[in-house]
Amino acid sequence: MNLTLHVWRQKDNASAGRMVRYAAPGVNEHMSFLEMLDVVNEGLIDRGGEPVAFEHDCREGICGSCGFMINGVAHGGYKNTTVCQLHMRHFQDGDEVWIEPWRSAAFPVIKDLVVDRSAFDRIIANGGFVSISTGSAPDGNALPVRKMDAELAMDAAACIGCGACVAACPNASAALFAGAKLAHLSHLPQGQPERHERSLAVVRQMNRELFGACTNIGECEATCPKGIPLEVIARMNADFLQASWRERPAADLVAAG
Amino acid sequence: MKLDARMPSGPIENRWDKARFEMKLVNPANKRKYSVLVVGSGLAGASAAATMAELGYSVRCFCFQDSPRRAHSIAAQGGINAAKNYQNDGDSIYRLFYDTVKGGDFRARESNVYRLAQVSVNIIDQCVGQGVPFAREYGGMLANRSFGGAQVSRTFYARGQTGQQLLLGAYQALERQIGLGKVTMYPRTEMLDLIVLGGRARGIVTRDLVTGRIETHIADAVVLATGGYGNVFYLSTNAKGSNTTAIWRAYRRGAAFGNPCFTQIHPTCIPVSGEYQSKLTLMSESLRNDGRIWVPKKKGDTRAPGQIPEDERDYYLERMYPSFGNLSPRDIASRAAKRVCDDGHGVGPGGLGVYLDFSDAIRRLGANAIAERYGNLFEIYERITGEDPYTVPMRIYPAVHYTMGGLWVDYHLMSTIPGLFVLGEANFSDHGANRLGASALMQGLSDGYFVLPYTIGDYLASTKLERLDETHPEAVAVHKGVEEMTSKLLSIRGKRSVSSFHRQLGKLMWDHCGMARTAEGLTAGAAKIAELREEFWRNLNLTGDGLGLNQSLEVAGRVADFLELGELMCIDAAERNESCGGHFREEYQTPDGEAQRDDENFQHVAVWEYQGPRTKPVRQTEPLNFEYVKPTQRSYK
Repeated sequence: MNLTLHVWRQKDNASAGRMVRYAAPGVNEHMSFLEMLDVVNEGLIDRGGEPVAFEHDCREGICGSCGFMINGVAHGGYKNTTVCQLHMRHFQDGDEVWIEPWRSAAFPVIKDLVVDRSAFDRIIANGGFVSISTGSAPDGNALPVRKMDAELAMDAAACIGCGACVAACPNASAALFAGAKLAHLSHLPQGQPERHERSLAVVRQMNRELFGACTNIGECEATCPKGIPLEVIARMNADFLQASWRERPAADLVAAG
Repeated sequence: MKLDARMPSGPIENRWDKARFEMKLVNPANKRKYSVLVVGSGLAGASAAATMAELGYSVRCFCFQDSPRRAHSIAAQGGINAAKNYQNDGDSIYRLFYDTVKGGDFRARESNVYRLAQVSVNIIDQCVGQGVPFAREYGGMLANRSFGGAQVSRTFYARGQTGQQLLLGAYQALERQIGLGKVTMYPRTEMLDLIVLGGRARGIVTRDLVTGRIETHIADAVVLATGGYGNVFYLSTNAKGSNTTAIWRAYRRGAAFGNPCFTQIHPTCIPVSGEYQSKLTLMSESLRNDGRIWVPKKKGDTRAPGQIPEDERDYYLERMYPSFGNLSPRDIASRAAKRVCDDGHGVGPGGLGVYLDFSDAIRRLGANAIAERYGNLFEIYERITGEDPYTVPMRIYPAVHYTMGGLWVDYHLMSTIPGLFVLGEANFSDHGANRLGASALMQGLSDGYFVLPYTIGDYLASTKLERLDETHPEAVAVHKGVEEMTSKLLSIRGKRSVSSFHRQLGKLMWDHCGMARTAEGLTAGAAKIAELREEFWRNLNLTGDGLGLNQSLEVAGRVADFLELGELMCIDAAERNESCGGHFREEYQTPDGEAQRDDENFQHVAVWEYQGPRTKPVRQTEPLNFEYVKPTQRSYK
């Protein structure tokens, strides 16, 4: 099949960007979307042009490196699918495809489709963990975990930190990402001692970054390639509220997601 | 160079204790005065960086990805082994040790493997403590499954995302230390050279991938945890960014390379679909617990799998290896698949595939039970192939997956350059000639959480280190060398893209140094790689400049190193005149086609020392002694 691509090109954060049109001829339906871009890039290089920069690593939907908007939808809009897992059989001959980076003040563009998502790391660094140093753990079976709790924790822990939730949200909120980490740890007994401090710290850092607030629109859940449910945000809000009452230093905080 | 592996003596169960007791300790108040560079943020790197920071060392950690959470450990699916014996099925530290030595086809050190098995139990405790959501039984206890090559259930797992969850545990421990100011993280930063001063590793030179800035970092010790080099084959299950650059450039600075030719070909990957293919996707071998592998008995049978009656199917692993069947170790299962396909029984495009069929298991356990165990893997498969494995058998074929070779390290995980430590897949250490399933995660975390933090303390406490900074003339020279190499790559202005060179190298490696190797093929392969390397430096076409993000430039540096490493792999494979584990030389096989080891001449580690460009490296050997597990012909029949 033959496609026409419109790709966001931007030299660096200081330069202005624009959409550039490229022909993508002879696309095979078994290619992944990124393999299709590889072929387009090879053509650009052969003609002395600069290839389109995009992030990718594992190419099997688990590292969270890849992600951009395809026709205005994060990762292209197929259920539980990152762009590296999106195959060209979902497109038709003659399609025009619009490709843009995540758009969010908290994710500044570095080049073309590559954005800076380090705000996510800073959220984790400020509380998205259990404080346990190496060597101090009791036997793995010392603490029984209800099977359902382990499953719910795993559902939330499946987040790959790709940033699609932020890109999809009209408010550019990171509530699904932050809520997922909090839910992962709050469903488990290991996460209980720091549960309140954690929710305060994570929400505080989320608000310090340039993410917007959550207004329960649900675009994040609809585009999340790992199917993280919206309920993690409700759980974050509930924990945040309780923590704000119980932990005094919370006074300086604005509302949670 | 004299090799001293610093092997401990005495009864094997006491060796690690004894070694730890003999190690010098750094006074807790002095630890912050020592600085350590950790390159790589996967299981080994993140766990080492976090643990050293917890102990008080000043740590700087580097990764080329945008976040330490992206490291390729994240893609491991199946699980992590530990000798907990929670299932009461006869497992023990000794049995895990025994299985690993045997599985590695008697080409690993007993002392290292025993330590790995001992530490495995602590790893599970640590990860559970961090909140890794391992699978649980209804009573709340940890669940286990058996995994490729093991007859006990000792594998802990978090659905099909065990690597992801373990990495997130280590990443969160690392981020905690970053938040506390104990670790300085350098994401999007690639190590491009090692600084050796006064015979000791004292720093690295890096490139900031966003600004293009070349920087020098000086420290008291350097830790490389940069993963494996399977991408020398271009097509592999590794992430696209996985590369050999850090360890290769350390090799060029004098760190010896152990067993470079030991490559693991994983039996269960999704077959290649076309020329544009950029990587191969692994289907966790946990699928082999319930899936049955077969091919049509008739050659070139093109009927749909459902149309082929039971008695016209060859369940070849069950036939050839009745006691292990579909759970035979990876090297054996891969070679068997290659053999049936070479004989014309393969299925799918080009006949390069075999069926992995779940219909029996679905009939026996129900589709729900299968979905609970493998749901996400089935989804991955369907997304890629467009076929539903609940109704049509999967098609699989072997692919390059892991490299057992790597920089040579002693028992302390120190390379032949004092002060340079190497962890995880980047070192050669614990898996011998073949790694068992669910053992890579174990080794990465063992090295990072529980081995390096002790051994590096011994090094720092017993070494007098000169005070230095990045203005030292030799450090300046290394820095300048990196700048020159970058300019050189950009100035070639030839005709071929970097990926066309990488693809061609991969094809040469697969054809000459792949699943079945011959002396003749390897010699020819090495020569062709040398020619291709010569063309690379003459005809590479890189666009853009070195001043900002330039992904082609990053890849070019890595491919330049792969073009040297590939040749060394061929040379090493040609000189190992035996078959063992993943290294199969067609000249050396038993009458029924199994690997034929030569313990008399090759019961050793091949240790290669760099001698300069266009000079053949020197091959030394480290003899291996087996006091506990007596080498036998591996039999899974």
